[in-house]
Amino acid sequence: MKKTDTSNYQHFLKVVDCQQACPAHTPVPEYIRLIAERRYTDAYLINWESNVFPGVLGRVCDRPCEPACRRGRVEDTPVAICRLKRVAADNKEDITPFLPKIPRKKNGKRIALIGAGPASMTVARDLLPLGYDVVMFERDAKAGGMMRSQIPAFRLPETVLDEELNYIINMGLECHFGEEITSLDKLLQANFDAIFVGTGAPSGRWLKIPGHDQLASESTNPQIDTGINWLAKVSFEHLKYDDENLAPKKVVVLGGGNTAMDCCRTAKRLGADEVTVLVRSSFEAMKASPWEKEDATAEGISILPNYNPLEYKIENGKLVAVLFEQVESVYDKVGNRSLKTTGETLLVECDQVLVAVGQDTVFDWIERDIGVKFNQWDSPKVNSKSLQSSLPNVFFGGDAAFGPKNIITAVANGHQAAISMDLFCQNADPIEDRSDTSFNLVSQKMGIHEWTYQSGIDHQERNIVPHISWDEAVKTLTTEVELGFDEKLALEEASRCLNCDVHTIFTESTCIECSACEDVCPMDCINFVEEENDDDQMVKQFRVPDLNSEQSLLVSAPLKTGHIMVKDEDVCLHCGLCAERCPTGAWDMKKLMLNNINATIK
Amino acid sequence: MSFIKSKFRHPRLPVNDLGLTYRDYEGALSTLCAGCGHDSITSAIVQSCHELSIEPSNVAKLSGIGCSSKAPNYFLNKAHGFNSVHGRMPSVATGANLANQELLYLAMSGDGDSASIGFGQFAHVVRRQLNMVYMVANNGVYGLTKGQLAATADKGVKNKAGDLSLFTDIDLCVMALQLGASFVARSFSGDKQQLVPLLKAAMSHKGFAFIDIISPCVTFNNHAGSTRSYDYVHDHVTTGAVADFVPIKTEITSSGESGECGDVCLHDGSIMRIQKLMPEYDSTNASQAIMDIEKNKQEGKILTGLFYLEPTANDFHEINNTNDTPLNKLNQDTLCPGNRVLTGINDSFR
Repeated sequence: MKKTDTSNYQHFLKVVDCQQACPAHTPVPEYIRLIAERRYTDAYLINWESNVFPGVLGRVCDRPCEPACRRGRVEDTPVAICRLKRVAADNKEDITPFLPKIPRKKNGKRIALIGAGPASMTVARDLLPLGYDVVMFERDAKAGGMMRSQIPAFRLPETVLDEELNYIINMGLECHFGEEITSLDKLLQANFDAIFVGTGAPSGRWLKIPGHDQLASESTNPQIDTGINWLAKVSFEHLKYDDENLAPKKVVVLGGGNTAMDCCRTAKRLGADEVTVLVRSSFEAMKASPWEKEDATAEGISILPNYNPLEYKIENGKLVAVLFEQVESVYDKVGNRSLKTTGETLLVECDQVLVAVGQDTVFDWIERDIGVKFNQWDSPKVNSKSLQSSLPNVFFGGDAAFGPKNIITAVANGHQAAISMDLFCQNADPIEDRSDTSFNLVSQKMGIHEWTYQSGIDHQERNIVPHISWDEAVKTLTTEVELGFDEKLALEEASRCLNCDVHTIFTESTCIECSACEDVCPMDCINFVEEENDDDQMVKQFRVPDLNSEQSLLVSAPLKTGHIMVKDEDVCLHCGLCAERCPTGAWDMKKLMLNNINATIK
Repeated sequence: MSFIKSKFRHPRLPVNDLGLTYRDYEGALSTLCAGCGHDSITSAIVQSCHELSIEPSNVAKLSGIGCSSKAPNYFLNKAHGFNSVHGRMPSVATGANLANQELLYLAMSGDGDSASIGFGQFAHVVRRQLNMVYMVANNGVYGLTKGQLAATADKGVKNKAGDLSLFTDIDLCVMALQLGASFVARSFSGDKQQLVPLLKAAMSHKGFAFIDIISPCVTFNNHAGSTRSYDYVHDHVTTGAVADFVPIKTEITSSGESGECGDVCLHDGSIMRIQKLMPEYDSTNASQAIMDIEKNKQEGKILTGLFYLEPTANDFHEINNTNDTPLNKLNQDTLCPGNRVLTGINDSFR
């Protein structure tokens, strides 16, 4: 086995599963420890630095960190990382004194941002403190992009969104609201040093089944709409129901993603009696986050999986029902899904259908002869490291770059693009001259049995976030459903964190091979094994040879007897017992400190 | 602060025939010094009992006084136990064994407990052939009283304070061989690959099994110049044969290196498979074993491994022709037959 390369941070970052899984590499254990110390402002600022919108993401993040959380592997459920982020946002004090100072003397470079969604706003946040003049163009009347138009207020209150957007706008961002860029060529003439395209994926996909052309031909027919369009109308109050203009009573939502969940819950709040979500996949395979499905179901919405829409039924020019066939999902050897009809059909009566089956980018405003190259799927060719397009001064990020993903990915893209644009504007190469972060490993030892962090680990169940009653919830459009953790629950939940960023660091030269660490490790992570040519044979010597292939091993250089130490990082509790038991200090618990986290986004 | 060991365990930990993982054989978290060899012995005992699927409640742990004698608290917390007076564990073990011969007796002692204050007790329990596993955690010093030289310290070595060992050392394995133990071995706490099969064989052996385990004292006897330090033992350890324990249920397959291999069938049907490394090695010859030990010592080497095994020896109960049913399973009428029987016995002496 090859000795693990500990000269760079890659091995250590991978061990911090949550941080590694977060596209923006937010230092999760660090901020959870601060919450445990009730230092909410500090916890918020650590978040703000990495993910720019802690209050927003503490509510509506896709939470890639949680399935990655080590507690999910050693116990059952992961730490409620997302909701702890909200705790920091809810309990912080005024953070404005701690925000970066904006230089009065500008550096003379001008940046244009197209769109004011999470990606663009992140670029602005990163470049304004460096002295850039940043000009933002947004077709809507307010900033936020999909965070405002596609996420209903009962999940994300407007005040939270406004607060976090204003931190950036108040840094001196020049905002042009209601200004849609219709020609990139024209903007290129406008003397900007670099342009960032963060226009998202603003076009909802239609289902071209029989009846669609007739219904959708009238562009204002309120009986049919795409999910994201309709949510935007509700959000900007373009759509209002009253006694004269009655809300639809029976609504069918097509699709199984988070947009479908937002649509059905919004329709219910607008006054629909019967809301049905029909999706082609199985319930388990739906794209919506599990907790979104749970909340929708709790609000009395029926979700019918395995139904494929066949036809919109129209009578006298009005939509009256949607016809479905029942299907089965059949997976082939490589996991591709195909649908097999069972022969059964289902007619669902409705007076409105919302189509939430996907969304696309729109680039009809980018002229094809100005140097921005597109690939076969009509997406811009973008370098995945620098996010630079084939036109060197044009950068892409968020959904506009790689198709619909999520907010935290857009934020990560924003950081990446900001680094590239800064390098580009300083006449450096966004890839060649890109610097990586430096890092430190800092010992957390305070005494023989004392560490700077809570090292004792015990079983603790995940805390459930309190919410208002489901009956109340469906009555108003803007009342937030979740109440968030109170302090008691927050501190309990914070104490579930395993502090994976405090690493077990091994020093070969001081090890006397007494096996004390191997014996005391509660999770059988540490092995002292004879070196063999065949790695598989070596694994057979491990205390638990059944390895998790997604997790790494920490392999030492040969020790005095020729044996090597191999630590399986998979289920290490970071409890520090190895270091407490080591008579010579060959083990120590050291915290990983990355000096420039944004540079680690690759 | 963490004086507790987490109850979490590896989700893919193997279970034995009783459905238990090795964690079910643990005891309290050790309070011995970090890196103490005794903790490795504890871990080897836990592993052995788990792999042999021994019911923890069928074990009695016995010890005297000393760091070694604290160790039983750190394994098998569901077993019976008796922490006795200094050097008097063999008497307590004899009494317990007389009352209930069905338990597995695991005794843990140290060089002070067995080679100094309890030397006489040690000699007699060997002679008695009590069916038990007698382990000595041998570190050459009195760790609990700050590192004075023990009777097992090699002549001429210095302790941490600089005191010279003036007297000839006592080799407990040689003593056990001379006094007729039917299982004698020496091992090193830092070599579980050797120690675990020896422990498993000792637990399966019927009769007196003695294992002297060199167990470095990290605090008082791990310095340069010590002959019981981790480095010294790693460098000077040698073995006459590699012994592997084959449990009773395992199908016996012939090993590739024929001729060098000898199988010894233990009392319960399991097999001790011995692979010779030294030509003169012979596990059936006690006087040869003594000669081998002394010869290696003169060469500055520490001989380890299984020295002697007599699987068919009679144990204390057989020698004394005691009752087959343990005393604790006899009802009161049988145990205490009353005045009439007593009178009969007394009359027989008149």
